[in-house]
Amino acid sequence: MKATDDETPLTVAVRMRVPFFSVSKNLQRSFASPLNAVLTLCVAAVVLLIAIPLVRWAVIDAVWRGTATDCRVASAGACWAFIGHKLPFILVGLYPAGEHWRPLCATALLLALVCATATPRLWRRPLAIAWVMGLAAAFWLMHGGPGLAVVPTPSWGGLPVTIMLTALGLGMGFPLGVLLALGRRSHHLVPRTIATAVVELVRGIPLIAVLYLAVLIFPLALPREMQLDKLLLAQMAVAVFAAAYLAEAVRSGLQMVPRGRMEAARALGLSWWQAMHLVILPEALRIVIPSFISISVGFFQDTSLIVIIGLFDLLNTARIAAQDPAWLGFYTEAYVFVGLIYFCGSAAISRYGLWLERRMASTVV
Amino acid sequence: MFKRLWSPPSRSTFLQGLALGVTAALLWWFGHNTAISLDQHGISLGFGFLKQPANFEIGDTAWLHFSPDDSFVKAIAVGLLNTATVSVIGCTLAIVLGFVIGVLRLSRNPALSSLMRAFVELVRNTPLLLLLLFLAATLHGLPPTHQALQPLPGLFISDRGLVMPYPMISRLSGCFVIVLLLALLLWRRMGRRVGFAVVVATLAALAITFMLRRPVLAVPRLVRFNFTGGVTLSPEFAALLAALVLHHSAHISEVVRGAILAVPRGQKDAAHALGLSRMQTMLYVTIPQALRAMIPLLATNCVSLIKNSSLAVAIGFPDVVSVLNTTGNQTGHSIEAMLIMVVVYLTMSLTIAAVLNNYNTRLLRPVTRPA
Repeated sequence: MKATDDETPLTVAVRMRVPFFSVSKNLQRSFASPLNAVLTLCVAAVVLLIAIPLVRWAVIDAVWRGTATDCRVASAGACWAFIGHKLPFILVGLYPAGEHWRPLCATALLLALVCATATPRLWRRPLAIAWVMGLAAAFWLMHGGPGLAVVPTPSWGGLPVTIMLTALGLGMGFPLGVLLALGRRSHHLVPRTIATAVVELVRGIPLIAVLYLAVLIFPLALPREMQLDKLLLAQMAVAVFAAAYLAEAVRSGLQMVPRGRMEAARALGLSWWQAMHLVILPEALRIVIPSFISISVGFFQDTSLIVIIGLFDLLNTARIAAQDPAWLGFYTEAYVFVGLIYFCGSAAISRYGLWLERRMASTVV
Repeated sequence: MFKRLWSPPSRSTFLQGLALGVTAALLWWFGHNTAISLDQHGISLGFGFLKQPANFEIGDTAWLHFSPDDSFVKAIAVGLLNTATVSVIGCTLAIVLGFVIGVLRLSRNPALSSLMRAFVELVRNTPLLLLLLFLAATLHGLPPTHQALQPLPGLFISDRGLVMPYPMISRLSGCFVIVLLLALLLWRRMGRRVGFAVVVATLAALAITFMLRRPVLAVPRLVRFNFTGGVTLSPEFAALLAALVLHHSAHISEVVRGAILAVPRGQKDAAHALGLSRMQTMLYVTIPQALRAMIPLLATNCVSLIKNSSLAVAIGFPDVVSVLNTTGNQTGHSIEAMLIMVVVYLTMSLTIAAVLNNYNTRLLRPVTRPA
């Protein structure tokens, strides 16, 4: 959904342009002709019309500390006291009050793993080991076990859930997506049919339908003694969803690799799998970095749809925080706050994508 | 012996057979478990329940009338119609707005292009659901009807939604409008003079019919606590439509911008050399060429808009997903409801994909000039 399937080389080429800021040149251009000057002044008027009330609301008239009554008395501005009061709930949801350090540590651990994965220098085997150990540690922190009180998944929520769904969804979706792409391009009938059916089915229906299928229908297809956790089901569903979109990106990358590469690799005596693994895939994956990035950004945002099946991600905790009778009506502050978090996350992924693209273009891995 | 059995062709057959067997076994196992769990719940599969009365209310019923006594089939039809309405209006508005934003972002005026860029970046980097929930909450937080905001005469905004004037179209003037649209579409075919004459004649006829019939617009009026006349958009519909249009126009503007920038520079230079102004170059040279590149992407965007309209569930707008979900919950026939949902969306996606493929193959054929 969303940005995931409308990115093309066209948009990508445009995005690669490096922004430059030269004040004098921009000023000169803004007033190049009478028409331009009028346009500039109109834009300035619009910006001021939006910015002045916004700044007044968000900064000047805002209530920074106090209670809901303080906010209601000075009702003109934003009630950041509400965010201050509800911050623990928005960040970690229903997690038991004394144990908040655990989800925060788990979040930090996951973020550190994501950052490590984003560094091309670290793309070696130890990274995989670090992921296995890191995930085990994060699970131990969140769920509890030896040494820690057990917190079942219905109490999980907020930022750790959003980051876990995104990171694990993409992490599991990527290998599955590569397999699906290879399957779709296979000469053999059976893998091609299965891969095509899965990809077209998942891409053809909205994510909400995928989530409903996973939490309402899939449990019926399992034996009674093997019922899975709802969060796990949602995690699997978003991973399959990511895989279907990544598979189409990988497939377009594979199509762009010249046929001669495979023939040359096979002529050198590599097996099909070796040729794929060592020659074709590295080249194909490098071509599709831009679409991976836009899929990742869209996917990070789309994880918020688990609101609809009643799980507590960052957006849902914010929504529920604003439904607290004591603080009723401060939903704008809640949405602006989580909106900023989503904005920073998405912008960081996009920036990283631009950086990676340039690095990949200049170095041979 | 073993080597011959393990030769590529037989190995491939063996492995494919194995994969097929495993898949079939897995599917059989799923089916078997489903049968057992349905048995335990005492549910039998079948679509017979669709004829029973739905027993639930639907807030927005598009232009159908729906009461709880009507069948599930009708409820689903209302949901489908709602999805279709919001998708068609949303797609049209998103393309128009996306075009404007995309072209303005290419403006040589830095102030204007930065403003557009700020909007696009803001929308692209926040989830659609966040925008939707925010808009829905804002629209519900508006003043009640007797204190409705009135930004333009005849346009009322309140917590009941958006009420606006609606042209009173008689059958005759409706026909004239259709003729007018056809004339504008077939302008080129008819030749300038004939086309101009037809357009002027229809406009005159339209003006006369409007003058004979007054009032021209059904303007809403506040009577006690509600509005009469005009057309009302419910807060949910307005929020969903606005969120979809804002979100997708930002994405479409990127497509438009990319396609315009991808037109070779020489085309623009040639147009300038021929004496066309910047505006003329854009309208007659750049955009027509860019259109060819962007049509498939616009279509993909519209498909994702249709799929995203399912977010309606989150704010309680009765689209097809929402109605099917309620149906499944009420009757216990979730499997059938989900099946209908999957079929509806798959049909839509695959049809549009097929049309696009057809278009792309035609586009790749060598261009023949009209004589």
